[in-house]
Amino acid sequence: MSDNLQPRGSDDLTLAQPLYTPIKRRSFFMYAGATAGASALLLAGCSDDSDNNTPSLPKGNSTTANGAISLGSGDVGVLNFAYALEQLEADFYAKVAALPNGSTILGAPAFAYFQQVAKHEAIHRDFFKAALNRDAAGQTLRGLTPKYPAATFTDKANILGTAKAFEDLGVSAYNGAGKLIKTPAYLVIAGQIVSVEARHAAYIRDLVTPGSFAADDIVNAAGLDVARTPGEVLTIAQDFITEKLDGSSVGVN
Amino acid sequence: MNFFNIINKLSEVDPDVMGRLDTRRSVFNSLNTVSKRAAMASAPAFLAAFFSKAYAGTSAGDPKEIFNYALTLEYLEADFYNKMIASPFFATASALDQAAIRQISKHETAHVNLLKTVVSGIGGTPVTPVTFKAATFASLTSFAKQLEVAQLLEDTGVRAYKGRAGDLQGINDVTITGVGTINPLQAALQIHSVEARHAAHVRFMRGQTPWISGNGDLDNQEHYKGAIPESTITQSGVNLTTGLGTPYTATDAQASFDEILTVAEVLAPSRAGGLVGA
Repeated sequence: MSDNLQPRGSDDLTLAQPLYTPIKRRSFFMYAGATAGASALLLAGCSDDSDNNTPSLPKGNSTTANGAISLGSGDVGVLNFAYALEQLEADFYAKVAALPNGSTILGAPAFAYFQQVAKHEAIHRDFFKAALNRDAAGQTLRGLTPKYPAATFTDKANILGTAKAFEDLGVSAYNGAGKLIKTPAYLVIAGQIVSVEARHAAYIRDLVTPGSFAADDIVNAAGLDVARTPGEVLTIAQDFITEKLDGSSVGVN
Repeated sequence: MNFFNIINKLSEVDPDVMGRLDTRRSVFNSLNTVSKRAAMASAPAFLAAFFSKAYAGTSAGDPKEIFNYALTLEYLEADFYNKMIASPFFATASALDQAAIRQISKHETAHVNLLKTVVSGIGGTPVTPVTFKAATFASLTSFAKQLEVAQLLEDTGVRAYKGRAGDLQGINDVTITGVGTINPLQAALQIHSVEARHAAHVRFMRGQTPWISGNGDLDNQEHYKGAIPESTITQSGVNLTTGLGTPYTATDAQASFDEILTVAEVLAPSRAGGLVGA
């Protein structure tokens, strides 16, 4: 697969292979029964028609009138939204993993697990960057500058509390953004990542309070986890990000 | 025109397309007959007939069918945990472990009730409850052995929901008496992440990593294999170990993404299908 990579610029990655061309499932079922539809299906199979954003909608990484950075619209917006959150998580865990006294603060087993989670989040971050560079060249959100309250990395309670907040927020973000995704392949990817975030969340909750992996404060009486809109998520995440983000067109086509 | 390109395209919107084709012999029978007339093979009329047969009688993409599938799995899980709590081995577990199983059991029962309401609310008939096979449960002669099955059930459940998310895409919100307005895809995702929390905790109880790293004691079970095994390290054409600029280990790459299972895979005797019974 590395053959597909062609470095462009200092650290950007461009993947030669286009991502999947979406065929809407429901459209497909309409196609499947009809001869005329089968012709259309053939055409769909042969050509990669792309969903260009409407010109009036903001491009990813563009600057808005009030100086914020737009995450963009449609699926690009959802990918940039996820990329922003993964940047934040990856940065946080990288800082924890690099603590020279991390083993003393967290205990050796937890510190070792945090170092694993740091890798998972770094992979998520780098994956979204690669996918955006490939599928939405020029619209990839820039590298963000996370910021944290004082003493975030100095004691166990603060580290675990921040990790728990980030993981539960990440789960709710993917749960809420899923229905905004138009491209089936992107939805599957989001599903593949959100369950890993939920595993992280459960583990860290158990570190904070044993047995709180899916406590009643996060799973409601119907057995449902939290889902938040991108706007709700960004309101919370913005406190940890220096750059002002605008997610108002995420998922909008 | 490349027939297999079309199959590939279909597999993106319908992960189970090969399952459908494989399990429907009539499709292949008709293919054999028709393929004798080679010129027909590239004709739209032929393809239309082919796919009509492949999907005949299925209602994939129909939320009633998808939620009944989810309900079946939740019935299985709920009954398993009821059996666990009623088992004489339950008292051998620590208070913390007992509380965790009760919390998980509470969620599975809540999922059953929610999904029954949803299926009815969208005009379907909830499936007949299934139970965890009594003989299999009787063979689990300790709390630890029961927990092994709990892990397999939870990790399979996570993969099963993930495998159907695409089928719920674009389906409109539904208003259900007593529940309110729900988005079918979002509700499924909100159950999916709860199953993942359960899976992580059960794994943690068993001294395993909360995520699937490939070095667990049950990783050789069929529940972690399939057409797209949990050991996968390439996502969306990107090799996560070598294709991201920074090198990552295969262990970290596979742990950072969970994988789907198709309906046919979940219901296979080697996975959840083999645990259903009287």
